[in-house]
Amino acid sequence: MSVKLNIRQVGEVTVIDASGRITLGDGASTLRDEIRDLATKGDKKILMNLSEVSYIDSSGIGELVSGFTTITNHGGQLKLLGLSKRVKDLLQITKLYTVFEVFDDEAAAVRSFT
Amino acid sequence: MTEHQGEGIQSVDTLMDSTLDSVDAAEEAVLRVAQEIGFSEDDLHPIGMAVRECIVNAVVHGNRYNHRKKVHLGVRKSHDRIIVLVGDEGDGFDPRSVPDPLADENLLNQSGRGLLLIQAFMDHLEIRPRQPFGTEVRMVKYLVKEV
Repeated sequence: MSVKLNIRQVGEVTVIDASGRITLGDGASTLRDEIRDLATKGDKKILMNLSEVSYIDSSGIGELVSGFTTITNHGGQLKLLGLSKRVKDLLQITKLYTVFEVFDDEAAAVRSFT
Repeated sequence: MTEHQGEGIQSVDTLMDSTLDSVDAAEEAVLRVAQEIGFSEDDLHPIGMAVRECIVNAVVHGNRYNHRKKVHLGVRKSHDRIIVLVGDEGDGFDPRSVPDPLADENLLNQSGRGLLLIQAFMDHLEIRPRQPFGTEVRMVKYLVKEV
């Protein structure tokens, strides 16, 4: 199953609930388009909820990085929520734990935005 | 698909199209063999992921989706290891040309992490020219039995 994205608002924070797979040819471009749309609309506080994502490959990781850069370049913040152990491992291997702010608790993640 | 057996090593060789459909097919074929060897669920995921990254590289960067070019998948099965060979028919590849994805200045690059993941997930990785042309990747994962 390719990725499905649901957008909801929690206060000033835009939460992207992703589910399925974020891989080349499946969900990677969908995610890229959505984040670009949000950046263009002026959304600056983006919380990417990956708790229902079953699989991410290097292309998917690349799209998360691309999204981070896009939002940052628009003066915003993109943070991650609900990473599975496998996705956490990927962020460790790729050293992207030093780039992304990662949360397990949504309320704490929402509060963290400045 | 051709199969061979000898000296305790069983081989399966498959020619695959240069499309992303080959990614799923290759992962499925390799994981079937890995399960037969006895790899645990914890090992199957990284093996599958390494295979996917490798086939994507062959289709996208090696053969550039050229329908006249094939991806060569070989799986070697023995009692304590799985060996996966992935060949493309591209122009060749120098792994030193890939910027270090762990260098601070490259952390925000969108691509270039595939080989890093393959290295992390497999016990051995070798990239060599394929004859008469292209690149061949040889990956090995050893079965570690609990004592």
